[in-house]
Amino acid sequence: MAERVGFFTDTTVCIGCKACEVACKEWNDVPDDGFVFRATSYDNTGALGASTWRHVAFVEQDGRWLMSSDVCKHCTHAACLDVCPTGALFRTEFDTVVVQPDVCNGCGYCVPACPYGVIDRRQDDGRAWKCTLCYDRLRGGMEPACAKACPTKSIQFGPLDELRQRAEERVERLHAEGTTEARLYGADPDNGVGGTGAFFLLLDEPETYGLPPDPVVTTRDLPAMWRWAGGAALALAAGVAVSFLRRA
Amino acid sequence: MPRRRDEMVPDAEFRSYYGQPVIKQPLWHEPHMPAYLYLGGLSGAAGAMAAAARLTGRDRLELAARMAAFAGAGVGTVFLVAELGRPMRFLNMLRVFKLTSPMSVGSWTLAAHSGLTGVAAGSAVTGLLPLAGDAASVASGLSGMAMATYTAVLLADTAVPAWHEGMRELPFLFAGSALASAGAAVMLTTPRALAGPARTAAAAGAMAEIVAGGLLEHRLGLVGEPYRTGRAGRLMRASRVLTLGGGLLATVARRSRALTALSAMAITAGALCTRFGVLEAGRASARDPKYTVVPQRDRLDAGRPASVPGR
Ligand code: SF4
Ligand code: SF4
Repeated sequence: MAERVGFFTDTTVCIGCKACEVACKEWNDVPDDGFVFRATSYDNTGALGASTWRHVAFVEQDGRWLMSSDVCKHCTHAACLDVCPTGALFRTEFDTVVVQPDVCNGCGYCVPACPYGVIDRRQDDGRAWKCTLCYDRLRGGMEPACAKACPTKSIQFGPLDELRQRAEERVERLHAEGTTEARLYGADPDNGVGGTGAFFLLLDEPETYGLPPDPVVTTRDLPAMWRWAGGAALALAAGVAVSFLRRA
Repeated sequence: MPRRRDEMVPDAEFRSYYGQPVIKQPLWHEPHMPAYLYLGGLSGAAGAMAAAARLTGRDRLELAARMAAFAGAGVGTVFLVAELGRPMRFLNMLRVFKLTSPMSVGSWTLAAHSGLTGVAAGSAVTGLLPLAGDAASVASGLSGMAMATYTAVLLADTAVPAWHEGMRELPFLFAGSALASAGAAVMLTTPRALAGPARTAAAAGAMAEIVAGGLLEHRLGLVGEPYRTGRAGRLMRASRVLTLGGGLLATVARRSRALTALSAMAITAGALCTRFGVLEAGRASARDPKYTVVPQRDRLDAGRPASVPGR
């Protein structure tokens, strides 16, 4: 197994140029995701989806403008991967989470399972798609297209441990400079998804950027779910037994 | 910054990205998914009834239960395959077996249950291999128990708040509804004098469905709101009325063919409304970021962030 790699997206230096969105589309041959004017901000992709693997959010606030390039989090405990019934979703040697398009049968289960609303199914093609963290480029020893294209180094690619350390230092410096609202999102390995492979430095609460403030991998509670279902199955058996114990 | 105040739940002030959803809505279709949930439940509980009828020597009722179990599994499978983005790849479901995926567990359960009910029904119709038919009928009682309840785990094992937080009530709702549905189908296809156990099952299942549905709607607080409001709320209320009426009628349905038919139809319609309502509530709870953000924010504000112990 190669070293675990990921993204550190430092939103404080993002200029909202969307070079990442374009580079991703170019390299991965991701189809058009519609050319819409949303009338809310300069955001014209809206959200991550089957054909939007990087999404630049624009948050206009009093006196400042927050921009953040969102992406699949490549969770340590990935709900999409856990629930996939075909094994199409798998964990790579880089500890990233990737869909195999030749295996996916479009059951759609991964879509509502992801606590971040990342993965989605393409209407015309019927299969689920999301960021691969440029699996092909990684295997070729190259960095992902979005990180390569980012002109401000807002998107940084590298070994996850290194990125986490660099991010801590960055937050410390920002705090020292008076930007006390700077905080990391997803870097903590003790969070509800066991830490994310793609994490962020944000300047406001995560929900402001459309991110869940405290996500949890749904399969954490699966043993309890099976227990409750087992109880219900026994209740069903009891109901049938009682119905048939009568004389008529 | 978009902030919203909700009229019904005063505490639900929260921030979001232009009011957009945080998670994706379940993309399962109507009528495919609710129809499968109904038919799978019906088939499962009918399997359990067939087994009970076999063990208590009720041949005529068992025949009806075997046929209902087989028909439910067969037609249900068609809906399930049609639901896929790539129906031709249905068999990829049996490529692996994953305990972490209720859909994988469910696919194998459905495969086993379809096979067993197929053998039981085939033997009953053709008269061939009666021993194998009887054994399959009894075994379909076990696969049926799983069939009638796994779909609750299927829904709960998602990030959809109204489903995930309903992990306790949903299995009982579905099991009760399945028992009512199977009781209705079997009492409709069995001579009235021999259909006593089916009528009891229909009435008992209907009561369980109503109690579990009530708990689901009211125990979950804010996250349970989608079950009470909008289209989902209307479906759940319709389900309650139909199921209650059908269940009460089942207790007197022995008196006439018309009463039996009326009861069975009301129960069936109620069970369908339950499934459509639960799907719609899930969609509504994914669509509005409130249900995702507020409970998570409350958790953080209370100093109890989520973690994954032991993994
Ligand atoms: S963010 Fe969603 S799609 Fe990405 S790995 Fe985590 S669960 Fe899967
Ligand atoms: S849609 Fe494809 S990737 Fe998603 S869970 Fe189903 S088979 Fe797996």
